[in-house]
Amino acid sequence: MKAEVHTTMNTKQAGHQRILVVLPHPDDESFVASGTLAKYIEGGAIVTFACLTLGEMGRNMGIPPFANRVTLPAIRKLELEASCKAIGIQDLRMLGFHDKMIEFEDKELLDSQIMALVKELNPSLVITFYPGYSVHPDHDATGAAVIRTIGKIPSAERPLMYCSAFASNHEQMIGKADVTVDVTAFLDKKMASIQAHRSQFQAAELVGNRELSDEEIRMRFGTEQFWTYRFDESHE
Amino acid sequence: MQLINPQDIQNRIDQLTGQELFIHLELTTGAYANHLDSTRHPASAFISNAGIRYTNGSISGTGPYRVGLKTEQGWVYAEGLTHVDETETERLILAGHDSQGKLVVALQLSRDKFE
Ligand SMILES: [Zn+2]
Repeated sequence: MKAEVHTTMNTKQAGHQRILVVLPHPDDESFVASGTLAKYIEGGAIVTFACLTLGEMGRNMGIPPFANRVTLPAIRKLELEASCKAIGIQDLRMLGFHDKMIEFEDKELLDSQIMALVKELNPSLVITFYPGYSVHPDHDATGAAVIRTIGKIPSAERPLMYCSAFASNHEQMIGKADVTVDVTAFLDKKMASIQAHRSQFQAAELVGNRELSDEEIRMRFGTEQFWTYRFDESHE
Repeated sequence: MQLINPQDIQNRIDQLTGQELFIHLELTTGAYANHLDSTRHPASAFISNAGIRYTNGSISGTGPYRVGLKTEQGWVYAEGLTHVDETETERLILAGHDSQGKLVVALQLSRDKFE
């Protein structure tokens, strides 16, 4: 199967062999990058997903509820593992930070754990949230931590950074995404990844009360977009 | 009560770091939430005069504000804070009020027990 890749900027896309994904919640990977990651993995990439929390403060408990505050972390951990398996992610790291508290976390502790992963893995591509444009405080704080950390690396050695953004004002502020990935060939994996998060996504707010048609799934989930983060070189 | 100035609150949070404190943390939709709007589920909770000592604390957001306090074993969190009692010099009394001025959330820290 030959996957078509639409990108306007980045010609290295096919070349990434080591990818680090840093996101705060189980299920972020499903919506942000599951198709893109499945595509890279098919091309031979090894992907590490550093998931900062277990989403243990989530409010969705299944319909009807089968989880509670006590059991949710273990349930979401299993869901996360199932999602990674569906995508083909080879290396899952659960960093054990507390859900909803990333913005208040000790920055040195947070950054040092991310830096340790970057040093260990030496990725050519890092995927995270675009700080300030990713709605949930954990998303923004995670993106900010990754950018602080990568910014400490000399510019010549820095991995490429793809950021996901979805705040309602984001295109006014940061323009259109410069990387658009057609993931229609990987929608089976993407939908399996989403559905692996069983406690979260029988939710009516995601798919309504009916099954989506193939066409609706393609329209809604068929592309993934990223903004390549540009470090401000003038301060260096 | 006055509107929160986050830098002032951050200073107050820093001053209370590492100390043995009493906390009052409360969230309420009001008992009439469901009576006034049947789609709303009434809920409230509070914990009063629990002991706490935090190692880091901060305020964030652009208003209403969020506060997170990291303790030895866990976290304290409140979202929706709008006001501070400016007359209190020793205690930190934070509250969040809705558009009608009603209390929704309270986060209070004190070296002495709350009455
Ligand atoms: Zn998330």
